[in-house]
Amino acid sequence: MAEPAADPVGLYRTVSLIRGFEQRAVALVRTGVIRGGIHPCTGQEAVAAGTCAALRPDDVITSTHRGHGHVLAKGADPARMMAELAGRTTGLNRGRGGSMHAADFGVGILGADAIVGAAVPIATGAAWAFRRAGSDRVAVAYFGDGAVSQGVVLETFNLAALWRVPVVLVCENNGFATSMRPADTMAGSVVGRAAAFGIPASTVDGMDPQAVLDATAEAVARARSGGGPSLLECATYRFDAHHTWEHTARPRYRTDEEVAEGKARDPLEIQGARIPAATRAAIDAETGARLDEAVRFALAGPHPDPATALDHLYATGMRARAGAL
Amino acid sequence: MPNLSYLKALNRAIGDEMERDAAVCVLGEDVGVAVSYATAGLLRRFGRDRVLDTPISEQAFTGFATGAAMAGMRPLVEFQIPALLFLVFEQIANQAHKFSLMTGGQTRVPVTYLLPGSGSRDSWAGQHSDHPYSLFAHVGVKTVVPATATDAYGLLVTAIRDDDPVVVFAPSGALGLREVVDFADLAPVPLGVGRVHRAGADVTVVAVGHLVHDALAVAEDLAGSISVEVFDPRSLYPFDWQGLAASLERTGRLVVVDDSNRSCGIGAEILATAAEEMRLIAPPRRITRPDGAVLPFARELDLACQPTRAQLRAAVEKTVGAG
Repeated sequence: MAEPAADPVGLYRTVSLIRGFEQRAVALVRTGVIRGGIHPCTGQEAVAAGTCAALRPDDVITSTHRGHGHVLAKGADPARMMAELAGRTTGLNRGRGGSMHAADFGVGILGADAIVGAAVPIATGAAWAFRRAGSDRVAVAYFGDGAVSQGVVLETFNLAALWRVPVVLVCENNGFATSMRPADTMAGSVVGRAAAFGIPASTVDGMDPQAVLDATAEAVARARSGGGPSLLECATYRFDAHHTWEHTARPRYRTDEEVAEGKARDPLEIQGARIPAATRAAIDAETGARLDEAVRFALAGPHPDPATALDHLYATGMRARAGAL
Repeated sequence: MPNLSYLKALNRAIGDEMERDAAVCVLGEDVGVAVSYATAGLLRRFGRDRVLDTPISEQAFTGFATGAAMAGMRPLVEFQIPALLFLVFEQIANQAHKFSLMTGGQTRVPVTYLLPGSGSRDSWAGQHSDHPYSLFAHVGVKTVVPATATDAYGLLVTAIRDDDPVVVFAPSGALGLREVVDFADLAPVPLGVGRVHRAGADVTVVAVGHLVHDALAVAEDLAGSISVEVFDPRSLYPFDWQGLAASLERTGRLVVVDDSNRSCGIGAEILATAAEEMRLIAPPRRITRPDGAVLPFARELDLACQPTRAQLRAAVEKTVGAG
């Protein structure tokens, strides 16, 4: 999206876009158009909308396996994103990445990453390179609550703080590492981990786009001005399954009551209440139409030629030997 | 002419590339004081901005290098011991290597991983003696094992300039070697182009890394009775299959000597490809470490797990006798 998202209307538009995208994507999983399933981020839109609204187009992000929201909020074209999920050559990654690897370097998306915590050092390295080049660009590393028990993430906290790297560490705490609650997987706390490295950290209401934007803006300003990393824990809630596959296996790790309670704090409603009803309706209509078009675009895209399966394996164009003669 | 040591060649390659390209930087543990020597003098020449002493956080700084590379840098990451590659296999094999394809060609990850002292270091025991190049060749990460000082220079320069991740294994058995060279003759060596160190007519010995020198010694021993061609692939991935095929056209017989474990090692791949696609007039043989070897501490036991000249000589004689 080229339009600014840092005002109440813009924030709502982003939340609405992500919500509508996820609903359509889940439907396309159910009908078999999207293979492999997705990790929907419904309920967590405020984190993506609020953080990305604090960024410039030339700032970068790395995302997670649940990355649709971040990728859309940073400015990826929903149509090309949907085409990517559908495995078409018209997709962001030419159908080579899919849901968990969506990337658009043109708008600063270095890629969603399917290994928990793995992209945190990548964003940090990119941020270091920017500063070294004399620019004031910053990077945001998204990760979930499960990632704060990954060694590589804690190692990276140390590096980022030690070298005062302009990275904003955004922990999207949605309450579940797949099925495990933070209380069952995490000794201490998210912000406590940051404190150990002297990284300024705060917990923010991750259902409120404006609250996330305000906190991120502060962290981004600190990073840009040479103040080093900050950690933002966004307390949010995942409305849907860890993965669309749950629809089949139906693991039980939370009650319907709890989900209902979580859904009662819907970022769509929280942000929607801040703008005129007519504006909200207009935006919903506008994003709905845009996403319907995105689905049409995705389905119209060509499937890749199997002969090109290993195109792009090497940046130098080196070709791999065939597996069978 | 100068007598260039293998280690000095590595050092010179890094320095030359840092001089040539401001995007080249070095990351690693103790690189400032150059504990391995490969980075000697670089901190003084290029400053802390480009020579970064890292905390003992291999996974973080290896992933960090990936991000820096995607943002325009060309990091060289040094690991003091090869077993650290097991820690960072995720960051190299599953992240850096996969980004080009996964992003549909949107990015490149030009990181060089340098292992100055791979393989047995003479009784450094179980966790300091691995030589895991076959793992990287298997997953498709560009993998280089230079045998001589000039190749160490030329291949490291190429690795640094390459737009993909490249792992450069400098065998500890080769670090002390010296070569009389004119510095003006030092030049990049392309990946995927092998080198025939000694021409021969009866059998091709493919030797990896420091074992090239053992193969040359065995060839010399056998001169007069068996004419041995010594083929050094120099990079294991990409591998110079054409060069090997041309050698086997001349000899028709193949022995591979490879200081990695037997099962699924590069030696197995070389034999399999030769058997499938090339001219062989006798069954090929390989000398390797044992299956699943963990190098024991005691010197006799350490040596017992590594390919020896005696084994190589016997394998060459059997192979020639069989065909």
